[in-house]
Amino acid sequence: MTDTASDWRPSDIELGRRRFRKKQTLRSVLIAALSTIVLAVALWAGIVNTPGWAVVQQSFFDPQTFVEAWPRVAAGFLLNLEVLGVAAVGVAIVGTLVATVRTLRGPVFFPLRALATAYTDLFRGLPLIIVLYLVGFGIPGLQFTSGRVPAQVWGTLALILTYGAYVGEVLRAGIEAVHPSQMLAARALGLSRGRALRIVVLPQAIRKVSPALMNDFISMQKDVGLISVLGAIDAVRAAQIQTAEAFNFTPYVLAGLLFVVLAIPLIRLTDWYAARLRRREQTGAVL
Amino acid sequence: MAGPPVLRAEGLRKSFGDRTVLAGVDLEVDRGDVVALIGPSGSGKSTLLRCLNLLEQPDDGRIWLGDEDITDPRADADRIRARFGVVFQQFNLFPHRTVLDNVTLAMRVIRRLPRAQAEEEGLALLDRIGLAGRAHEHPDRLSGGQQQRTAIVRAIAAKPEVLLLDEITSALDPELVGEVLELVRELAATTTIVMATHELTFARDVATQVLFLDGGRIVERGTPDEVLVSPRELRTQEFLRRFRRG
Amino acid sequence: MPRPRLRAALIAVLATAALALAGCAGGSGTNSSGYVTDGKLTVATGDPAYFPYVIDDKPASGKGFESAVVYAIADKLGIAKKDVVWKRSTFEQGIAPGPKDWDFDIQQYSISDKRKKNVDFSTPYYSTPQAVITIKGSKAADVKDIAGLKGLLVGAASGSTSFTAVEQTIAPTAGPQVFNSNDDAVLALKNKQIDALVVDLPTAFYLTGAELKNGVLVGQLPPTDGVSDDWGVVLTKGSPLTAKVSKAIDALKASGQLAKIQDTWLGADAGAPVLK
Repeated sequence: MTDTASDWRPSDIELGRRRFRKKQTLRSVLIAALSTIVLAVALWAGIVNTPGWAVVQQSFFDPQTFVEAWPRVAAGFLLNLEVLGVAAVGVAIVGTLVATVRTLRGPVFFPLRALATAYTDLFRGLPLIIVLYLVGFGIPGLQFTSGRVPAQVWGTLALILTYGAYVGEVLRAGIEAVHPSQMLAARALGLSRGRALRIVVLPQAIRKVSPALMNDFISMQKDVGLISVLGAIDAVRAAQIQTAEAFNFTPYVLAGLLFVVLAIPLIRLTDWYAARLRRREQTGAVL
Repeated sequence: MAGPPVLRAEGLRKSFGDRTVLAGVDLEVDRGDVVALIGPSGSGKSTLLRCLNLLEQPDDGRIWLGDEDITDPRADADRIRARFGVVFQQFNLFPHRTVLDNVTLAMRVIRRLPRAQAEEEGLALLDRIGLAGRAHEHPDRLSGGQQQRTAIVRAIAAKPEVLLLDEITSALDPELVGEVLELVRELAATTTIVMATHELTFARDVATQVLFLDGGRIVERGTPDEVLVSPRELRTQEFLRRFRRG
Repeated sequence: MPRPRLRAALIAVLATAALALAGCAGGSGTNSSGYVTDGKLTVATGDPAYFPYVIDDKPASGKGFESAVVYAIADKLGIAKKDVVWKRSTFEQGIAPGPKDWDFDIQQYSISDKRKKNVDFSTPYYSTPQAVITIKGSKAADVKDIAGLKGLLVGAASGSTSFTAVEQTIAPTAGPQVFNSNDDAVLALKNKQIDALVVDLPTAFYLTGAELKNGVLVGQLPPTDGVSDDWGVVLTKGSPLTAKVSKAIDALKASGQLAKIQDTWLGADAGAPVLK
């Protein structure tokens, strides 16, 4: 006389509970929506009714200047993308190298480890803009190349040096977070330390710290704008040039928009990936 | 069994800080032997196994694998480790790779087999344990017993000379222990095994040699009947009594 | 039950915020006289203020071309020397919208129609061409015409008329090399990262004469289309002072006083050949 799974219908009590919960949810959603709208309207009304709004609007959101600035700022943005691409690869290489060296054991490796530690300490301490000046103006000053090296090369190098240090530390944390039994199992198979690191530990380490790595990448995307101090005409510098020409700040808004448009897909991807990891690890917890 | 011993150890010592875990251990394993290491927790069983395949460096003593003195500092430790197969208590499968990848990794990287051939061999091994259908899943989808049997298969895929098993059923639910022990029993017929274990009945059935390890020393050694049924030493008797009561 | 009370509190907070924002009045403004401070003339200039427009970065000394011009304007406006107050502003602060804490900004701003849409300019107080400088031994040192510069790396400070001159009049194939300031550009010239630098003529004389070792003045550039060589002081759009200041400058020009100031601080600007 037992019900099979398909025969079961919810009891009246359960139906009552569901109705109550639904009403509660609807209520919360309405309050949230209403208060958001009220706040947004209040902010909007507040801003638009300030005495200087018309002037600010014209100064920062002028359509004609926007259109005029587009070719130069867009071209500059392409340079930013180029630098970002190359820097990302460089940072990945340097970061992995540094992280690996810092996790080496044994007294014979001490000089290498000390070097790597000095490197990360130095470049995590130095502000990027100072590194840019030192690399971009200092190294060419040594004049050891016969030809001319374009400014964006130095800019990319400065980015790689600085972010390589950050990423190296993040990866090191990831490597140390992988349970030592994984390394044990890999060595037990007969894999050399290098192979064990590459095939077993690093992939797991990267997975562990990928939210932090993606964060660093998003941050680097914005810092690419700093190479403008070296004379390369990227989006920010292009915006500055257009602004000076028209005495209007709209080009900066345009450049900012381009950076945001670039960042949003990656931010969404990061959030989705982090959520997926959480789901995998917490399989169905509701808290 | 005829022939020189496959594995021999003499005077092994190992300390961690001021704690002495191995205080002079001797060992001789012939081809085809199944050696069971028994003893209380903390007696040094795991440490002994780890010293045998150079996962730990012994403080003193010598170990020979076949003719080769593997404790010689000039020996190639990685190649020596590849001649052993190891199965751990916590399985230690690689979670970021599929079951098949786990099994074929050593074949491809160390025996340098081409991928197609390695996968063929791997699938055959997985088939033997009934997991060929799960070959492309990740280990976290398998039950504990299935994972441990995969780990065993991973260890023997590299065709090791000696198989080291470190309490491989201790972390399993009771109903899964049987399937793992079955696999070991099958392998015992053709493989040289050294296993640390709490499964005394199993040891009695399958082992050719039993070593009782206590306080870093081998207190008693002999055939399963000698050690498990009629032990001579007092400490062995006490251990077995405590064990059986549980 | 606390929930209705919580809701009411929330709405009250929002309403207050809305009122507060809407009621926010504008910042500093001018008083009825049009000056930021009655009886005083508040002038902004660059930080640092460059030679020969201000000597030793001390505009209050009256030394330097633009410093002298400001005191002359003040005099014409009926404001005593001691009542001239100096402030500093960046290029961007000078052109930003909204009321300022100075009456006008003087730092070599060039007048253009595009810019007039966003700020007020006085009538020009100076007119100067752009010039190309380099150092001895550079590829640009022997260049005789604009075509000779096309294949080289020519730099200028961002946002300046010099930059527009490089981009449009010289139009190098590699594009103009841009720097945050003339200081950075000069450093790049010394490091041989650029072959030549374009600045306005007085600055060119100063750099080749005093700052650069082995500096070479290659020549003067013809005027660029759409950008005048004229400099004016910048005032907020619609400032009541624009007419007054312009009248003062016109008076200084008519009386010859402006020319005298120019001769004192900028010397004769003959001697730079015009590149074709």
